Amino acid sequence: MSDSHSHDHDDWPYPHPKQPDTEDSEFTDYMAMAAAVGNLLIEKNIISRDDLRGMIESIDSKSPADGAKAVARAWVDPEFKSRLLEDVVAAAGELGLDAGTIPIRAVENTPEVHNVIVCTLCSCYPRMLLGLPPDWYKSRAYRSRVVREPREVLREFGTEISNDVEVRVHDSTADLRYMVIPMRPERTEDLNEEELAALVNRDSMIGVTTAGK
Amino acid sequence: MARGFEMSAQFSIGERVHVRRAYPPGHVRTPHFIRGKTGVVANIAGEFANPEELAYGRDGLPKLALYHVNFRQTDLWPGYTGQPSDTTVVAIYENWLDADEGSEP
Repeated sequence: MSDSHSHDHDDWPYPHPKQPDTEDSEFTDYMAMAAAVGNLLIEKNIISRDDLRGMIESIDSKSPADGAKAVARAWVDPEFKSRLLEDVVAAAGELGLDAGTIPIRAVENTPEVHNVIVCTLCSCYPRMLLGLPPDWYKSRAYRSRVVREPREVLREFGTEISNDVEVRVHDSTADLRYMVIPMRPERTEDLNEEELAALVNRDSMIGVTTAGK
Repeated sequence: MARGFEMSAQFSIGERVHVRRAYPPGHVRTPHFIRGKTGVVANIAGEFANPEELAYGRDGLPKLALYHVNFRQTDLWPGYTGQPSDTTVVAIYENWLDADEGSEP
């Protein structure tokens, strides 16, 4: 926010920062290319403008609530958990969730192992179950540091992992996506599935936090 | 999802494998920090078209076995400050792996 404006109409001599408009950020080659390809596909009647809008709306409609539903069911139903660990896309389908076509691997946190997910090469993420990734997940700092010093990064998220627990980092570099099944918090025996799902937030399914915080 | 792929996969679960130390140009899905390192096959994820070929509009066939390889953090990073039990698991296509023959990790 380097831009600013001054108040000529009063005696206050100091400018204050102005929120930049959309046009103030850089229009990159990639943005131009995406717009051009979209327009070409529409012009050539390969897809319609409605198809494109529908796809964007579909992506926008995905949220971590879907993943949380699957985790809560896994907590209450060990057989479902086995199926989720075997094949996330099929198990999510049982709950009426469309997890897409890219295989997703669920990794389970236990008293012995704490799992955390990253894509060091780009920003691979289980979008169909968790929605769009947070900006920090795509940042160079997270992508480089969480493999190099995972315990420090987790600590910055408020997550202290005991020294007798293995920290296992999963790098989503290839044809699979990952989601973490966090540990069920203690003293939640009386909660129903919906209440349990409310304890499962996005960060806990990435593995940078635990559930129920 | 991995059923049926084990037969065509060259490496098996528990086997020590060495990641090629190579730096070819192109769309390569093997991160630099594991090239030249040794790990253990934790899981066979299936068979997938070669992304290095797909990136250039080719069919990527024949498909390649894809392995989850588990690396000890202390083998990846000199001066690692975490615990000796800490690991990183990376999905690696078979064309990047050699059988480990006691080479340095």
